[in-house]
Amino acid sequence: MELVNPGIGLIFWMALAFGLLLFILGKFVWPPVLRALHEREQSIELALHEADKAREEMKQLIFSNEQLMRQAEEERDALIRDARRVRESLIEEARQRANDEANRIIDNARERIHFEKMEAITELKNQIAHLSIEIAEKVLQNELSQPERQKEFVQKSIDKMNLN
Amino acid sequence: MKKGLLFIFLLLSGLFAYPAPAAAGTGSGESHDEAFNAGHLIIDHIVDSHEWHIATIGHTHITIPLPVILIDQGKLHVFSSSKFHHGHDAYKGFKIETERNANKGKIVKVIPGTMQTDSSASKPIDLSITKNVVGIFVSFLVLLFIFFSVAKAYKRNPGHAPKGIQSVLEPLILFIRDEVAKPSIGKHYEKFMPFLLTMFFFIFFTNLIGLIPVFPGGANVTGNIGVTLVLALFTFMMTSFSGNKSYWQHIFNAPGVPWWLKFPIPLFPIIEIIGVVVKPFVLMIRLFANITAGHIIVLGFISLIFVFSQISPMLGYGVSVVSVFFAIFISVLELLVAFIQAYVFTLLSALYFGMATEEHAHAEEHH
Repeated sequence: MELVNPGIGLIFWMALAFGLLLFILGKFVWPPVLRALHEREQSIELALHEADKAREEMKQLIFSNEQLMRQAEEERDALIRDARRVRESLIEEARQRANDEANRIIDNARERIHFEKMEAITELKNQIAHLSIEIAEKVLQNELSQPERQKEFVQKSIDKMNLN
Repeated sequence: MKKGLLFIFLLLSGLFAYPAPAAAGTGSGESHDEAFNAGHLIIDHIVDSHEWHIATIGHTHITIPLPVILIDQGKLHVFSSSKFHHGHDAYKGFKIETERNANKGKIVKVIPGTMQTDSSASKPIDLSITKNVVGIFVSFLVLLFIFFSVAKAYKRNPGHAPKGIQSVLEPLILFIRDEVAKPSIGKHYEKFMPFLLTMFFFIFFTNLIGLIPVFPGGANVTGNIGVTLVLALFTFMMTSFSGNKSYWQHIFNAPGVPWWLKFPIPLFPIIEIIGVVVKPFVLMIRLFANITAGHIIVLGFISLIFVFSQISPMLGYGVSVVSVFFAIFISVLELLVAFIQAYVFTLLSALYFGMATEEHAHAEEHH
């Protein structure tokens, strides 16, 4: 039964060698190896996490871009609407002003016409007066050509005058 | 392809390393007259030895003599095992027992002046550097060399992908950590990682080196019950020293068990203690038996050649083709077994550590 009857020397050397191996590897090899593996895993995890975060941020960015775009569009629409309104009001105002001007011009013209007419009437009146005097002169000359008539006229005129 | 050829070459060259057939085949020597005995060949080959046998050509044994260290009655004797002349001679009153009894292969005292075993004398304490001890040292040096270079590689380029031998071993290290330690032990796994890694790689590498038929491989180290005994004892001690309060409480005074099972006859504690001892015992037997079985099967197939060649040389040649094919097949299978046994030993150790450090916060839930 030598197969299951090991020598004490072998057990001694095995215990010594394995204990030493356990000590040396446990002190100088496994800690740095396990630490390096752990660190690498952590850095990979961190990188993945960061990539995730970047993707999330990208999504956010795209979303905010879209929002910005929509906002810009709305603003543009508002601007256009405003501009249209301003344009319309401007046109309205211009029309109003043109109307007013036209009215003023018409009024002016009317006034002028009136004035001119008055002037013309006055002129006409003067003319008529002048003509009347001339006619009257002619009539008087004609009337007073006879001496009795002259006398009669003077008499009448003197009668009319109140000598006071 | 190249590696395959190398492997076959190593296997074939290993044929020369099997000692007895050449000696027995000639059949003309004074003490080699006995017929070829496959059982003796196999047993001689898988047990420990005081010299490293490489080949026997004719009657010349080519061996590497190993130092013999004996402590006998407080006196230290150190000399080369070549002084024994392969067991033919006695030296300083000691000899290697050649009789096939319980002490076969061990160093015993002789009756002065003769070659007779002195059965009344006390046996010397044998601390010799035997074949298996050299095998252990080879594994020791290989492990140190490989893992120091791996550790250096990790220090040299931290945070980068592994390179060279580092990338071969990293999956194994991660395998032990993620598939063995973490699920079996739980949150305290980090404390046991150095032990589990050392255990796994020692068994794995020693198994592999044991499959190489020529020096410095081929020693049946993990197939020696002394070696597996030490490994199992380490696991046992780790388990016992890291056992927490609830672990010991479950052994000596398991909660939820009727009191009459513990007192006056402590039936339950006795069963638990048997369990504690059986666990490492099973580890020891499993590794020893698996590796030894592999070696025995390979040697058995090789022995078939010599068994048949004793009937007729031509039959021997014919059988050799089949035998070598099967020996190669089994050797390849043994590569797998080398890994599986290292894995199983490590996994079970991890499970035991897990049991020892498990926290029974909800103790009643288990019963």
